[in-house]
Amino acid sequence: MDFSTLKGASYVLIHTPDMVEQNGTTQTTEKVVNPNSEYLKKVRENLRSYEDVVNYAPNQTYIGNMTPEELKALPQPWVNEKIEGQRYGKFGEIMPEKEFYGIMQICDVFELVHLEDAFAKDVKQELIDHELFAKDVDKIKEGVTLEWIQEQVDTHDAEGLYYDYQLVGCVLRAHEIDANLTAHVMLENLVVKASGVISLRHLFRDNDINPEEVEYVIECSEEACGDMNQRGGGNFAKSIAELCGCVNATGSDLRGFCAAPTHALISAASLVRSETYKNVVIVAGGATAKLGMNGKSHVDKGLPILEDVVGGFAALIGPNDGEHPVLRSDLIGRHKVSSGSSPQAVTTALIAEPLERAGLTVHDVDAYSVEMQNPDITKPAGAGDVPEANMKMIGAIGVLRKQLEKKELMTFVKNKSIPGWAPTQGHIPSGVPYLGFAVDDLTTGDKNRAMIVGKGSLFLGRMTNLFDGVSIIIERNSGETASENSADMKEEVRQAVADALRDFLENFSKE
Amino acid sequence: MDLENQRRVKEAAEKYGAENLVILIGAAEYEAAGLAAETVTAGDPTYAGPLTNVELGLAVYHAVEPEFKGFVDPDVYEEQIGMMEMVLEVDEIINEVSEIRKEYSKYA
Repeated sequence: MDFSTLKGASYVLIHTPDMVEQNGTTQTTEKVVNPNSEYLKKVRENLRSYEDVVNYAPNQTYIGNMTPEELKALPQPWVNEKIEGQRYGKFGEIMPEKEFYGIMQICDVFELVHLEDAFAKDVKQELIDHELFAKDVDKIKEGVTLEWIQEQVDTHDAEGLYYDYQLVGCVLRAHEIDANLTAHVMLENLVVKASGVISLRHLFRDNDINPEEVEYVIECSEEACGDMNQRGGGNFAKSIAELCGCVNATGSDLRGFCAAPTHALISAASLVRSETYKNVVIVAGGATAKLGMNGKSHVDKGLPILEDVVGGFAALIGPNDGEHPVLRSDLIGRHKVSSGSSPQAVTTALIAEPLERAGLTVHDVDAYSVEMQNPDITKPAGAGDVPEANMKMIGAIGVLRKQLEKKELMTFVKNKSIPGWAPTQGHIPSGVPYLGFAVDDLTTGDKNRAMIVGKGSLFLGRMTNLFDGVSIIIERNSGETASENSADMKEEVRQAVADALRDFLENFSKE
Repeated sequence: MDLENQRRVKEAAEKYGAENLVILIGAAEYEAAGLAAETVTAGDPTYAGPLTNVELGLAVYHAVEPEFKGFVDPDVYEEQIGMMEMVLEVDEIINEVSEIRKEYSKYA
C-alpha cells in the first residue's frame, strides 16, 4: 500500500457584516438578555467595509496572496497595517455579502430562500460575472415583494436576510413545528452548504481538478442537518458534491468540534491509501453563529468587530504521484479516552508520542499547524496568541523530553512559529489553514516535514468532559511510488536469482 | 466566563454555601483569568450571565499560584502543570488573580 498525497487546498471568506448583527450568537444573546445595551448600539459603527476586509493581511494570507512569512514580518496588530489586497487569491476568494445571498438561493433546493425583487436582479447581475457561478444565475428566482418578506419575518418565524441594514430577503422555516427545521437552523445550514460549495468549486477550478474523478466527500464543519427524528442525520457532503459536479461521488459528514478537519484529513488519507476510494475531498463551510463572537471585547478596546467573515475550505487527497506531499497515515497522534485533559497530557498525546514513534524530535518538524486563530481577534478578548502558545507548549514538551534546553525555548518558538491568520470559526482555523501552503513548502519550498494538529472541546456538547484531538505528519515526497518500488524489487529479485543460478552452474561445471 | 459555568457556580454556592466553595482557574492568559476571578467574586463584568450583579465573593485561585501549588503533591503538580508553568506568564497571572482575590473575595 502506498501513502496518499495532498493534491491541493482552497480557502474562501465571505464578508457578512449584516449576519454579524443578525445571526452571531453574541449579538442575538445580547438582544435577549440586555436589549438596550451600549454594545448593541455600537455594533454598526464598528463593522468593517468590504474593502477593509480585503485589505487586511490575515485575510489575504488565508486566500494565499501573502505567505505566512510575509505576515509574520508585519507588526501586530495587523488591523493597523493597511495593505493592498485582492478579492481573488491563489487559494480562493473573499466574497461580498450580496453575492453570497445569491449563492444561498442557488444552493437552496426547497424554496426556502427568497429575495426582494430589485435586490434579486442586482444579485443576478453581479453573479453573472463570477466565473464559478455564471452558469447558475438562472437558479436565482424572480424576486418577491418586501411586504411579503416582512410578513414572513413578522408572523411566520422566517429569518430575515439583511443588506446594508435593510431587509432584502428571508429564509423560511422548513416545517411548522419541527425544532430542527426552523428558519434559524435552515439559515445556518444553508450558509454551511453555500460556503462549502464556493470552497469546493475553487478547489477544482484553481487546481485544475476534474470533479468527476472524486469518489468520496467528507464534510467536517460544526453544524448538523436533519429533522426532528434525526437531528444530525446529514448529509452536507453529498449536497455540496451535487452542486460541484462530483457525479461519481458519495460522501458523509464527520463531526468532532474543531478537531473534525484533521479527523477528516486522516480518514481521507486512509481511504485513499487503502484504495477504498481513489480521490477523496474534505470540505467545510462556515458558521454564522460565531460571527462577532468576541465583538464586545473588540468594541471595548476601540477595535472594529474583526469576526466579520464566514470561512470555508476544501482539500483533495489522492494517490501517490511521486510529487505531492505524502500524508503519513502511519504517523498519527491521537488523544485517547485515557490520555487526560491537562495541556501537558494533550501535547504529549498529539505531538510527542507520534514523533517518538517516528524516531523524531520536536526539531524535526519544520512547520506545526495547530490552532491557527488570528491573534488580532483573540488577544483583545484575553485569549492571547493561540498559535504562539501552542508553539511554546511544543517547545516545553521538547524541554521535558530533553530535546532542547529550557533557555533555548523562546528561540525555538521564535524560529518555528507560524502566525495565525484564520478567522475564529471553530473548525476553520484548526490545523488545516496550512494545507494550501504545505503543498508549495513541501514541493518547491524549503520545508520537508509539517504536522497538522486538530483539537476539539467536546464538553460544549455536554456529553463528555473529555478533550479530543488528532494529528498527522505530512512529508516531502521522495519521488518514489510503491509501484515503482515493487517494479524495482522484482528486477532485483530476478537479478539475484539469475546470479545464483549462474554461480550454481559455474560451480556445478567445475565439479 | 461561559454562561453555563456561571450557572453551575451559582448553583453550587447556593447548595453548599459560598464559604465552602473554592474556585480553581486554569486560564492561560492573565486577562481571561482575571475576568473569571472577577465573575465569581464581584459578579459578571460583561453583564451577560447569571452572575451579573451577584457578588458571591468566593475564594478563587489560579492553578499556578503558590497557595495551590503548595497544597498539591509535587510529583502530581509536575506531571499535570509543569509544562504549562514553563509556558505561561506566571507572574502576570498571579498578580492579576491575587489582586482580585484581595479586593473582592470574602472567604479567602
